[in-house]
Amino acid sequence: MKNKFAWLLAAFVAFIALLGVGLTLKPQEIPSPLIDRPAPDFRLARLEGQEAFSPAEMRGKVWLLNVWASWCDPCRQEHPVLVALGETGKAPIVGLNYKEVRGDAGIDISRMAAEVEDALVRERVSRWLAERGDPYLVSVLDIDGRVGIDYGVYGVPETYLIDKAGIIRFKYIGPITPEIVKEEFLPRIQELQGDPAAGNVSGKEAKS
Amino acid sequence: MIPELGHFALILAVPVSLFAGVLALLGAHGNDPRWIALARPGARLIAFLLTLAYAALTYAFAVNDFSVRYVAEHSNSLLPLPYRIAAVWGGHEGSLLLWALMLAWWACAVSFFSGRLAPAMRARVLGTLALVAFGFLLFILCTSNPFLRLLPAAPEGRDLNPLLQDPGLIIHPPLLYMGYVGFSIAYAFAVAALLAGRLDAAWARWSRPWTTMAWVFLTLGIVMGSWWAYCELGWGGWWFWDPVENASFMPWLVGTALIHSLAVTEKRGSFRNWTVLLAISTFSLSLLGTFLVRSGVLTSVHAFAADPARGIFILVFLAIVAGASLLLFVWRAPRVGLGGRFALFSRESLLLANNVLLVVAASTVLLGTLYPLLIDALGQGKISVGPPYFNTVFVPIMLPLLFLIGLGPFVRWKRDDWREIIRVPGGLLLLAIFIATLLVGLKGSPAIRIDRVLLLPFLVVFSLTLALWIAFAAFFHLFRQAKAGRGAGGRVAAFIRQPLHFWGMHLAHLGVAVFVAGVAIVGGYAEEKDVKMAPGDTVTLAGHSFRFLGVREVEGPNYTALRGDMEVRQGARLLRHLYPEKRFYRSSAMPMTEAAIDAGFWRDLYVSLGEPIDRANPAGEWAVRVYEKPLIGWIWAGCLLMAAGGFLAALDRRYRKRLPAAASAPLPPSSDPA
Amino acid sequence: MKGTCLFPRLAIAFLFAGLLAMPLARAQSEAKPLAENPEVEARLQEISAELRCLVCQNETIAASNADLANDLRREIRAMILAGRTDREITDFMVTRYGDFILYRPRFTGKTLLLWLGPFLFLVIGAFALRGVLKRQRPADAPLSEAETQRLARLLGETPRSSAATTQGTPDA
Repeated sequence: MKNKFAWLLAAFVAFIALLGVGLTLKPQEIPSPLIDRPAPDFRLARLEGQEAFSPAEMRGKVWLLNVWASWCDPCRQEHPVLVALGETGKAPIVGLNYKEVRGDAGIDISRMAAEVEDALVRERVSRWLAERGDPYLVSVLDIDGRVGIDYGVYGVPETYLIDKAGIIRFKYIGPITPEIVKEEFLPRIQELQGDPAAGNVSGKEAKS
Repeated sequence: MIPELGHFALILAVPVSLFAGVLALLGAHGNDPRWIALARPGARLIAFLLTLAYAALTYAFAVNDFSVRYVAEHSNSLLPLPYRIAAVWGGHEGSLLLWALMLAWWACAVSFFSGRLAPAMRARVLGTLALVAFGFLLFILCTSNPFLRLLPAAPEGRDLNPLLQDPGLIIHPPLLYMGYVGFSIAYAFAVAALLAGRLDAAWARWSRPWTTMAWVFLTLGIVMGSWWAYCELGWGGWWFWDPVENASFMPWLVGTALIHSLAVTEKRGSFRNWTVLLAISTFSLSLLGTFLVRSGVLTSVHAFAADPARGIFILVFLAIVAGASLLLFVWRAPRVGLGGRFALFSRESLLLANNVLLVVAASTVLLGTLYPLLIDALGQGKISVGPPYFNTVFVPIMLPLLFLIGLGPFVRWKRDDWREIIRVPGGLLLLAIFIATLLVGLKGSPAIRIDRVLLLPFLVVFSLTLALWIAFAAFFHLFRQAKAGRGAGGRVAAFIRQPLHFWGMHLAHLGVAVFVAGVAIVGGYAEEKDVKMAPGDTVTLAGHSFRFLGVREVEGPNYTALRGDMEVRQGARLLRHLYPEKRFYRSSAMPMTEAAIDAGFWRDLYVSLGEPIDRANPAGEWAVRVYEKPLIGWIWAGCLLMAAGGFLAALDRRYRKRLPAAASAPLPPSSDPA
Repeated sequence: MKGTCLFPRLAIAFLFAGLLAMPLARAQSEAKPLAENPEVEARLQEISAELRCLVCQNETIAASNADLANDLRREIRAMILAGRTDREITDFMVTRYGDFILYRPRFTGKTLLLWLGPFLFLVIGAFALRGVLKRQRPADAPLSEAETQRLARLLGETPRSSAATTQGTPDA
């Protein structure tokens, strides 16, 4: 069959197929370019203790970095899941509290002194953890959100999975549920922990 | 009870449209006059049932019946009555019902005003429309039923989206749908012609006024949307290349190609295949727009709640409607003759070039809109394609098109000799170049800061030249006709006696000129200032001084607003006060920016209230943005002229002339919109 | 809370409360520009107008009121003041948020078809147009010089007017 317009049909079928595939995609979810890249370094104040925290301290461990804030509703939802995950001891979780005070739409910080803000952040974070349980190995305070920018945070909560060599392996945007833990995080944690190559490399680097 | 009545009418319309469609098409195929005769009452019955359904839903909104889920989700007892009536199309389900209603009305209009159409042809057109309606109604009932009850009833409704609570925006969707749906007539005519194997000048003449009217509505719908974005979004732009804007722009571009191609098919019998393909594409692109907006495959400002079932349904519907007609086209088109022949330099070849450029433009918009989807589907990550891309690639395609608009009407059908006609258009073009350069020279080179486009001054001169050239050409033709006029009543009478399509064409082209002039001048010469203003402060911009008198609280029917008071002076003379607002809608707790605009012929002054510098002290300093936008009103005025031109052309007498053979159903010609 | 796209809700209460303390208008003075350094601000505007806000995904970072957009504008301003080039600034954004943030996609293998597509369409269109016009010509080619003169002789007219009679009226 020779028809000079037949190519139109072929193009149309391809086009509909593309739209069909499009329906299965999630346009709002933006993959992080940081996957398989080293986790950006930072130094941030801890909630407890004087020394600043740096991700380098976590070398040799497979760990989670959970970005949260008390003004974020989904964080409330996800917190019990994190507490449960923390209790299993599968992987240590570092809590990165993101713009606790200045991210809160109800608070005007334009005339707030830095010390006042710092104190308020600590008070709110401590209260939250006391009330709801503390799943975190360590809590660090990103008061002005600069570290959040380095990590490409655009909506809390976000959770990063980082391997022994300090490479970001996975990122989940939005509240974690028990299903997400089971299906996305646990298999990856297991795999990374059993990865001798990564362990050796990171072990060397951590010592040096 | 009333909503159930509407629900019942909606359900009943499904089998009615299926039977009316199938019987009419089979009747036309078998040439059975009894079945053919069913087409007209069928179309009217569908229109009646859907009118009933729509009226029932409107009633539910009017009486605040929050036991209907859709009403509870999109209305509120505090909402003023006109907005409650408009809220019927404020959400997904109701707007689809409106879509279906308009489809039924268009079909009903065809059933009334098609006296001179052969009955079998009419049955094919109405049958096709009834089948399209069937698919759409099935879609509504299966995935988006607006009549579902909410038990127990909600005590109060959730309110209409505050974005829609604006007279400009609330009439934007119906106009747009009238356009989208109106192209279904062109589509049905094309399918009917392919079924009948009859593609000739008469066919083009039948479908031309309908297509032009649909185009007029789509133009108006897009203008309203653009104007609304300008007034409401608070940063003074008029086109953002949002996927939803693109979804309406693609059928507009192809529809514009279609009305020009139809002209050739009617006058000269050429481009038949091409015209049919354009008719099919225009309506398919309208459906594609619906798919893109409703399925959530692209992120857009018009976020209807995304529901995969809806997406799949519309996609299947699109595949069937467009696919079946394409199949028919591929099967039938090669048999269609070539039609009247023409020479390399002729009105036909210029119109063909115009069509090619318009289709290239539409393809570009389609490519840019769907490219992120393509990349994502191939697993290559997420990218964004935004205004910088579209502005870069779109303008070069449009410039030659503008040149052709001015040239086309000088060139004769079939064959012309450029050496003989070059004198007048050539002279006008030189004049346009001279005046544009002079104007830009006098006004001063436009600021380059806005776009980082180094070419900007050049681009402004170029666009302005083309705008002037189109305008000069249009005026030249109008005056030449007046001068050539002879006979009773003298020149003026002869001028007025010109056929409406002549007026329509030149008016629409003049509209393009006005539009382009507006775009060029705003692009080159808009001025803006971002300032901090405390009460009493003044900002000066383009010869105007704006004195901020402070902010106070005002109460609207369903919102509370902070209203700024800005005293505008030109020199020492008090011009007026402008009141930009920040509104907070109570029921949805959604804030909205209402810019205040002093619209004028030569310029708009635009003030929008940002945020207080210190949130705890709104009585103090505010961030304020003031703009002076020269000729921005011309952008919409130009589009309105285009629409008016289309309207005149669609009213042309020759579409109302009856063929002797089909004079069986007499109708007063004055009531005939075709 | 995934982020507030528009004006934060709780701030409303502050605004209305603050209005109670409305002072009388001060003596007239020229308003200060929002930016301390208008040149930096103009560049910030240019750069951020081509970046997409990740929170309200259909606004530019220039236009968005989202908190993150504010932070990113602050970062960009700092980078401009630090003397970074436009490219360095957009690189900063891309390494953190991916290509999604660029409203003007970069010209790479991935976007080859996107950037060349329109010109490809134009070329295809031009060839198609040429094809159609070529097919049209042989059947209805303009008369050759000799033919025109012969026709003129036959009709006893000048070539120009004979041509005019064969042409259509300049009608729409």
